[in-house]
Amino acid sequence: MSKKSYRQAINEALAQEMRRDPTVIVMGEDNAGGMGAPGEDDAWGGVLGVTKGLMPEFGRDRVLDTPITESAFIGAAVGAAATGLRPVAELMFVDFLGVCFDQIFNQAAKFRYMFGGKAVTPVVIRTMYGAGFRAASQHSQCLYPIFTHIPGLKVVVPSSAYEAKGLMIQSIRDNDPVIFLEHKVLYDEIEEVPDEPYTIPFGEANLTREGDDVTIVALGRMVGFANKAADMLQKQGITCTVVDPRTTSPLDEDTIIEAVEDTGRLVVVDEASPRCGMAADISALVAQNAFKALKAPIRMVTPPHTPVPFAPQLEDAYIPTPEKIADAVRQVMA
Amino acid sequence: MQLNREELLQSYRTMCTIREFEERVHSEFSEGGIPGFVHLYAGEEASAVGICSHLDDRDNIASTHRGHGHCIAKGCDVNGMMAEIFGRGEGLCGGKGGSMHIADLSKGMMGANGIVGGGPPLICGAALTAKTLKTGGVAVAFVGDGASNQGTTLESYNLAKVWNLPAIFVVEDNGYAESTASVWAVAGDQSKRAAAFGMPAYELDGNDFFAIHQAAGEAIERARGGGGPSLLHVKLTRYFGHFEGDAMTYRQAGEIEVARRERDPLKFFRRRVTEAGVLESSQLDEIESDVKSLIDQSVALSKAAPPPTPERLLTDVYVSY
Repeated sequence: MSKKSYRQAINEALAQEMRRDPTVIVMGEDNAGGMGAPGEDDAWGGVLGVTKGLMPEFGRDRVLDTPITESAFIGAAVGAAATGLRPVAELMFVDFLGVCFDQIFNQAAKFRYMFGGKAVTPVVIRTMYGAGFRAASQHSQCLYPIFTHIPGLKVVVPSSAYEAKGLMIQSIRDNDPVIFLEHKVLYDEIEEVPDEPYTIPFGEANLTREGDDVTIVALGRMVGFANKAADMLQKQGITCTVVDPRTTSPLDEDTIIEAVEDTGRLVVVDEASPRCGMAADISALVAQNAFKALKAPIRMVTPPHTPVPFAPQLEDAYIPTPEKIADAVRQVMA
Repeated sequence: MQLNREELLQSYRTMCTIREFEERVHSEFSEGGIPGFVHLYAGEEASAVGICSHLDDRDNIASTHRGHGHCIAKGCDVNGMMAEIFGRGEGLCGGKGGSMHIADLSKGMMGANGIVGGGPPLICGAALTAKTLKTGGVAVAFVGDGASNQGTTLESYNLAKVWNLPAIFVVEDNGYAESTASVWAVAGDQSKRAAAFGMPAYELDGNDFFAIHQAAGEAIERARGGGGPSLLHVKLTRYFGHFEGDAMTYRQAGEIEVARRERDPLKFFRRRVTEAGVLESSQLDEIESDVKSLIDQSVALSKAAPPPTPERLLTDVYVSY
C-alpha cells in the first residue's frame, strides 16, 4: 500500500496487466509520443501522462502510437479484440466520440449478441471526460449516458485512485467492450492504493458512508463532492448515505433501491447533461421500485442543459458543487 | 500462380454454391419466407472466391451488407447460413444476426456489416493481431464502391500503411452504391487513391477469376511477408437490386441480361478451363448438379427448423432491464 495518484493508479494497472498477459496492448494518440519525430521517445506518455513509461518497458509493438484517426484505430482495437488481443485504446477526450462512434456502438457493442454469443470483444476504451479544465464545449463533456444507453457496452466511472486501479484491471479482464471514463480533474488526486493487482467487480456499488436521513447517489468526480456535502450537513445534524455505483452499466440497482428504502429520501448528482442522463435514469429506477419509501420528492443535481462554457466564472457556475448538493439535501429534508 | 485440377474444381464449386445460394434466396425471399433485408452477391462470385481461395484459418475477412458470397468463400457452413437468413435458432448466429450480420469468427469471417465502411478498421485490428501474435495471417476488408468514399476506409488505408499491417483492401465496384452510380460518386480513381497512400493497387475485371486470383495471390503473399497492405479494385456486375425488392429503375434496360449472357464469371471460368482442356464440361455439370441439391437441402432444412427459443432474446448480453 502506498500513496498514488489516480493517474499513477491507472498506469500501474496497465503495466501490471501487460506483464501478466502478453495479449494486452495499448494504443492511442501520443500514448508513447514522439513516434517518427527527432526528439525523445516516450515524449508524452499520453497527453496527460497516464501511459508514461509503458513504451520503454513493453516496446513499440505493445504500446502503439496512432495517427489522429479515431475511427481507424478505435475500430482496429475492436477488430484486434475480436481476433485474440486485449487492447486498451485511448480515445483522448470523450468528446472525440463523435468521430468514431460507429466502431463502438454498431460494431464492438453488437458482436457478442448479433453473432449469437460466438464472439468476444475484450476491448477497453479509456477516455478522459469532465469539466473543470477551462477546456470549453468540445473537451469537457461527460457523455457516459450515451454509452450507457447502448446494450453490449460496459461503462465504468471510477471516482478515486483506489477505484481506478481495481476497475481498470477488471476492465482489461472482462470479455465485453468496456468504456473506462477518467475524470481529468481527478488525475492528481492521491490516496492509498495497494501495490499488488486487485479487481473491483462491475455492478457492485460502493457505499462511501452510511447515514439515516438522505441517500445521495453520485458518479465519478461527484462522489467526492457528495462526501464533502455530507461532511457539511453532518455538522447540521443531517446524516447521508453516499452511493457510488462505480459502473453505470451494469448498474447496481439493488444497492441504490435498498439505500433509498433505508433513508426515504434521494438526491442524485450527475455531472452529465440532465436530459436522458443517469440522474434521470436513477430517479426513474427509484420512483418505479421504491416509491412507497419516499418521504419527499427526488432531487437531481446536474449542470444546466447547456454546452460546457469556457469562461472560468461560467464553468464554475455550470458544474455541480458540494454546496449545491447540500442545498438539495436540505430541500428534501424540508 | 498455377492452379491444379483439384483447386480449379473447388473454386468452381464455391462460385456455383454462391450463385445457387443467391438465386434461391432471391426466389425464397419473393415468396415471403425470409424476413428483413437481403442484399445478393450473384454476379460477383469471382471476386470472393478468387481472393478467399488463398486464405486459411489464420486469416480474417470483414464483409459488407452484401456478404453471403464472402461467407461461403471463407468456408462458412451453408446450412447454418441459410438457417440464419431464415431467422432460425440453429443459424450461424442463432438467428440473432440475419443476412446483414452473418458471421463465423471460428472461420475468420468477422461479419457481414450493416454499416457501409464498417469493416476496414476492424480488418486493421485483425491484421494487428496477426502481426502482434506473429501468426503469419492476413486480413482482408471487402468494401463496395460506396464504402470506398467513407472516412473509415480512407483512414484504414492510412493506418494499415503507417503500421505496415498485413491487410488487403478489396473495392468491389459494381457500379452502384445503392442507386447512385460510382462514376458520379467516386472522385478520382481507386488505384490512384491507393498510390497516394503508398499502396500497390490492381485494376481487375471482376468476371475474370484467374486475374483476380493472380493479383490476390501477389498481394496476400506480400502481406504475409511483411510487405504491408495492397488494394484490389474489382469491377463487377450485380445481378440483382441493391436489396431484394429494388425495382432497379436507375439501371439501363437489358444491362443485367447482357452481363449474364456475355460477361458472366461462371461462364468465363467454364470456357477458360474447358478450352484449355484442363477440365471437362461434364465435371462442371456434375458440380452444378451437386450444388443444386445442396442448396435444395439447406432451404428444406431451414424451412423445417424452429425459430430461436424466446429466452434467447435475453442471452449473450448484459441485461439490466
